[in-house]
Amino acid sequence: MKVTIDGIEIDVPKGTTILQAARLIGPQVAPPAMCYYTKLKTSGGYCRTCIVKVTQGSTANPTPMPKPVASCRTEVMDGMVVENFINKEILEARKGVVEFLLINHPLDCPICDQAGECKLQDLGYENGSAKTRYEFKRREYEMIDIGDKIKLHMTRCILCYRCVKTAEQITDKRLHGVVHRGDASEISTYIEQVIDNDFSGNVIDVCPVGALTDKTFRFKQRVWFTKPVDAHRKCDKCCGKTRVWLKGEEVVRVTARKDQWDEVEEFICNSCRYDHKKTSDWVIEGPSPIHRNSVISQNHYQHLNELKVQVMKQQKALGFMPIDKKP
Amino acid sequence: MGKKLLIHNDKVPGIETLEVYRAHGGYASVEKALKTMTPDQVTDEVKKSGLRGRGGAGFPTGLKWSFLAKPEGVARYLVCNADESEPGTFKDRYLMEVIPHALIEGMITSSYALGAKTSYIYIRGEYFYVARIMEKAIAEAYAAGWLGANILGSGFTHDCYVQVGGGAYICGEETALLESLEGKRGNPRIKPPFPAVAGLWGCPTVVNNVETIAAVCPIVNMGGEEYAKIGIGKSTGTKLISASGHINKPGVYEIELGLPVEEFIYSEEYCGGIRNGKKMKAVVAGGSSVPILPTELILKTAKGEPRLMTYESLADGGFVTGTMLGSGGFIVMDEDTSIVKNLFTFTRFYHHESCGQCSPCREGTGWMEKILKKFLNGTANESDVDLLWDIQSKIEGKTICPLGEAAAWPVAAAIRHFKQEFLDVARSKKFVDVSHYNRLYKVNT
Repeated sequence: MKVTIDGIEIDVPKGTTILQAARLIGPQVAPPAMCYYTKLKTSGGYCRTCIVKVTQGSTANPTPMPKPVASCRTEVMDGMVVENFINKEILEARKGVVEFLLINHPLDCPICDQAGECKLQDLGYENGSAKTRYEFKRREYEMIDIGDKIKLHMTRCILCYRCVKTAEQITDKRLHGVVHRGDASEISTYIEQVIDNDFSGNVIDVCPVGALTDKTFRFKQRVWFTKPVDAHRKCDKCCGKTRVWLKGEEVVRVTARKDQWDEVEEFICNSCRYDHKKTSDWVIEGPSPIHRNSVISQNHYQHLNELKVQVMKQQKALGFMPIDKKP
Repeated sequence: MGKKLLIHNDKVPGIETLEVYRAHGGYASVEKALKTMTPDQVTDEVKKSGLRGRGGAGFPTGLKWSFLAKPEGVARYLVCNADESEPGTFKDRYLMEVIPHALIEGMITSSYALGAKTSYIYIRGEYFYVARIMEKAIAEAYAAGWLGANILGSGFTHDCYVQVGGGAYICGEETALLESLEGKRGNPRIKPPFPAVAGLWGCPTVVNNVETIAAVCPIVNMGGEEYAKIGIGKSTGTKLISASGHINKPGVYEIELGLPVEEFIYSEEYCGGIRNGKKMKAVVAGGSSVPILPTELILKTAKGEPRLMTYESLADGGFVTGTMLGSGGFIVMDEDTSIVKNLFTFTRFYHHESCGQCSPCREGTGWMEKILKKFLNGTANESDVDLLWDIQSKIEGKTICPLGEAAAWPVAAAIRHFKQEFLDVARSKKFVDVSHYNRLYKVNT
């Protein structure tokens, strides 16, 4: 099936969604997604950040779709023409969605552990406005402990339902859902019942914001001061392939490996996540690929020397003198 | 006197019992359909009748039925949407309360046409007493052999159940209704797949409004072509209108589609004019979610033609100068009504009823309510009107289900037609009696 997104054509198999097709083309056309998660069935469609305009439904039926559609849940048709970043209406609508997501978000990034790897931060920088138009009191909740290792900070939640789907699909029994309605909706474990199984920790990784955080890592370190390396160990519960975040020689936390779209490659068990916090527990493979725009890569040493040389060259070309050599 | 097909017997004493209902020609459509017609013939009659969904969207019922997937060996369901929660609409309640057998008769006939062996009547939680009336009527129908195995010896078996909802407006949205019926949280599903392909428990399902299903009986009795002669153009048949607000005779009226709006409001047969001899200010023509229209535009279209009670005539001019027939919740407001206050009431309702799945509706409805609250408190600024307009435009069309639109349209229409009133309230810095804002509205061309 041929689909054109922002003027770029791609051939994809039947059943591919617009979002997946756009990701196959590349980040230049892929819409942002806050709630969709490839690994979780029935996820997506809630946050509305990935909306796109379909200007031609298919070759057989070329009428445009009247409303913007959620690209993560709309399958492509042969000859479909989609507009994402080139459509001003869509950019405006997305700006609106980001504003809605942020009006009840506490914006406590300076004390939030997710800062630096938060999808909402990225989304806000890319599509949000600099000032808020919301002048009312923001929604607040008490913090809840989900088990002894996970902290639920509901105030930061954007209700993407990812953790609910995770609890439903990869853990044994679901004790974790949404209660109440509308903007009073709340992720709950039904009167603070504990999620007690070996894969519960993955809800931390799927959370796009800082609503679910690892209590063994909370307030320990800012992520951009840590160095992520891919590592593995022999584990009989999960694949054992993880990302280990180092501060010097110390393992400050362990997460699952994430791909280019910030989605977990393989879910890991709680034992790997919480119980192996020594460098000697792990076989380190090498530095993790981190996008160069990410704040985490600021502390990433892989190409640092090369980068220094390049900066020097540029400065020389522009006629600057290095700071320490200035008279 | 207009023709009445649905509630013509409503004043007969004891019409809620099977005996009296039968004596007044009840269950004739079941007899006719099961004995003399094939299921496809019944569907054809409904198609010919031009019947359109009475729940609000006005989608042709025959077409909806023909979309129903019919794979071999898979159960099909008919679900009756009796979750009537739109503010200003109470026609289904009246029909079920007064003539419960009319709905059951329609359920049997429609299920026969669709080949559904099981049907459900999903009643909103607040109508628990209506559910009891329905259950009693269903028990009577079972006892008399109108429901159950082998109805009238035709070999058609049908079971009908009543399910009471939890009292959520969102469960009136068909996919949320199905989720709720399955015992889950009533969140709308993402379409496609449509219920006609994968509905209740993944099986093909038709969801119809109470009035739509009840209207199938007269269609089968009199024939689709005869039914289509009532009404104008594509708006055929009769429609129940729940008239409320500042009128002399509020209540449920059955009208022939095509009745002039002016006649409906001012004639003694229907609403009987505005109470206390006041002037009319505005009308919400089809339940709280459709755009509000000022007097000049509800009586006459922007082109100057008289407005009729039809799907097309009310929608004439789009949303700039028109509205929708919707579910038939006809709310009339007199000159003393404050549109700002009215809009606050509506918006508070949508904020309370938003399911919380998608962000524009979850956050936007609450935001709009808070801004409107500022108007009532006298702390609003003139710029808040523009902000409201901007918020509603960012909700509309960006959500999974139509609740986002239902929340956005009233705000848009109120600002479009009564902007001056909002500005005046904002400037006054206190909430004042707004009866003197009854200025004549000029169509913005």
